[in-house]
Amino acid sequence: MSNRLSGNEAVAYALKQINPDVMGAFPITPSTEIPEYFAQYVADGEVNTEYVTVESEHSSMSVCIAAQAAGARAVCATSSAGLALMYELLYVAASCRLPIILACVNRALTGPININNDHSDSMGARDSGWIQIYAENNQEAYDNFLMAMPIGETPSVRLPVMTCMDGFITSHAVENIELLETDVVRRFIGEYNPEHYLLKKENPLAVGPYDVSSYYMEHKVLEAEAMKAAKARILEVAAEFEKISGRRYGLFEEYRMEDAELALVLIGSTAGTAKAAVDKLREEGVKAGLVKIRVFRPFPGEELARALAGTKAVAVMDKSEGFSANGGPLFAETRSALYDLKNRPYMINIVYGLGGRDVNTEDIEKVFGRLANIAATGEIGPVYTHMGQRSKEENA
Amino acid sequence: MSTVYNLKREVEKPVRFTGGHRLCAGCGAGIVVSGVLRALKREERAVVVNATSCLEVSTFMYPYTAYMDSYIHSAFENSAATCSGVEAAYNALKRRGKVDGTVKFITFGGDGGTYDIGLQSLSGAMDRGHDMVYVCYDNEAYMNTGIQRSSSTPHFARTTTTPVGTVGQGKKQNKKDLTEILVAHHIPYAAQTAPLGSFKDLHTKSYKAIYTKGPCFLNVLSPCPRGWDYPTEKLAEIARLAVDTCVWPLYEVEEGMWRLTYIPKKKLPVEDFLRPQGRFRHMFQPGNEWMIEEAQAYVDQKWERLLERTGV
Repeated sequence: MSNRLSGNEAVAYALKQINPDVMGAFPITPSTEIPEYFAQYVADGEVNTEYVTVESEHSSMSVCIAAQAAGARAVCATSSAGLALMYELLYVAASCRLPIILACVNRALTGPININNDHSDSMGARDSGWIQIYAENNQEAYDNFLMAMPIGETPSVRLPVMTCMDGFITSHAVENIELLETDVVRRFIGEYNPEHYLLKKENPLAVGPYDVSSYYMEHKVLEAEAMKAAKARILEVAAEFEKISGRRYGLFEEYRMEDAELALVLIGSTAGTAKAAVDKLREEGVKAGLVKIRVFRPFPGEELARALAGTKAVAVMDKSEGFSANGGPLFAETRSALYDLKNRPYMINIVYGLGGRDVNTEDIEKVFGRLANIAATGEIGPVYTHMGQRSKEENA
Repeated sequence: MSTVYNLKREVEKPVRFTGGHRLCAGCGAGIVVSGVLRALKREERAVVVNATSCLEVSTFMYPYTAYMDSYIHSAFENSAATCSGVEAAYNALKRRGKVDGTVKFITFGGDGGTYDIGLQSLSGAMDRGHDMVYVCYDNEAYMNTGIQRSSSTPHFARTTTTPVGTVGQGKKQNKKDLTEILVAHHIPYAAQTAPLGSFKDLHTKSYKAIYTKGPCFLNVLSPCPRGWDYPTEKLAEIARLAVDTCVWPLYEVEEGMWRLTYIPKKKLPVEDFLRPQGRFRHMFQPGNEWMIEEAQAYVDQKWERLLERTGV
């Protein structure tokens, strides 16, 4: 069925269709609407979820960890500083192997405080053991959320899943969207029947031990293996999802990459802008293409290397500043993934869009212009630069 | 079941907190936990929640657990929220027919995890009204990390972050009154107790806390031989002196009604409690008499106020 929904409402609607056991609810811009919409579903009796209005995001994630360990399906939503406050517990959730689902509505991290979009919040959590799946638009935000539980709950995976969408750009903009019927969603999600849980009568369970050095490493290796196993499961779930929705998803989306010589790699809503720029350049005869990363954790390194193997120059665009002085997190991953290629393309990194700084098709065309120049001359110039900020002269 | 407390009958129940844990000899935490869990009805299940603490690292070191019931530890500052989450899951799964039978939810946190870093999480859980019991085993400092000051540490006590020196005289501030803070949440039941004698006071209050619907709170004085610096065999004696000097009054607040549950026949001077403990040794140095006087005046003032409140 077709509808017009904002990204937040689309995720809230997915949540209503899922009817999870427990939700931790705490407001933070721009994810606030998700628990708001859901509260109305609770008030109207459309779901019978235990809706826990916690006093912080820290407690929201604590409630989710405990509820999931107790045998329930637990969900929450947050952004920015809220995700940062959960930071310690993101690791607890992953290491306890609890497939909690978190809707992250990406917003810049504070310092200075800013409510607009970039990816610094979820990128800060990229090494916490959570699967991370990013959406370009409202449809993908809805679809990714529906696929999260079947991915995370698989016994070989059993990891928490963070579905990410761009704050305001995706979360608040209203778009046409195709929704699945609730009974179809319920069948797709299935029942959650964990093998062990706190409330199981027959067999008490202890969760969250003090783990000494003779055991800790084994547990961490198991967690790492689970993250590796997640890649195949993500593709399997995508294939199942295609059967019920007709929409196809991979680890990333390749847009006009078949014969591309110049390519961008980026995440999220900017892909829409980049696709328009690619189309325009293609009309002008430029062999431009785009790789939109959907799954950042586990990182699809080998697959990405294959996708970019035929290109001459690649710009990785990071919507978060990692302060490594060596480029953003997506750049670090992508460049590392391409190291084993026999013929590596030239690569540059552009950090853009911080704190909601706009990016338009002309900006993207300029990046392709740089790539064309690099491909033609072999002169890379500065590898790691920022785009969209005013110059010192303009600021003066 | 007879409502008359009988220690012999209580200890005949199957053990819920087993021996073999790694708590120190002379530690109050272990007997507090076994004392609280003993108040559970024989046929009922519980989920035990822990804040990171001495108790946690000593009772659930992988792959051994000292608990016969289900148990979860997540972090230091979130044990009340963690308990909320288990209780929420229970309500949801019960409603959906996936769990049957009664399950009780009992959280243990130290004073660091309760008075300090876990206070927000505790306040939130009490406010939301989860059907749970939060037990603070109060040993008056961060013992797990090696005896650092908490807001529960009493005035003048020596800790590794409030050392005694030529200028420093131990902790500068008085102990925070956490029980009063919890009472101000208007929860159905809050009490102060300690492991004493036949454990009747601890047992009775634990039973009330567990079987009163809604969020209940127990603050249990839990002496620590390492941090308080007393010989391990003196545990029971130190706990007794704390209540007989009125340093740690035993009382309960039920639906807003304050009630003293113990009035010492003879209120002992506070120095009787201070003297056997190395953490207060400097208070007995010549020239430091004023410290004992101040400590006595503080205890007297608090005790008088409690007598007024309880209408004694």
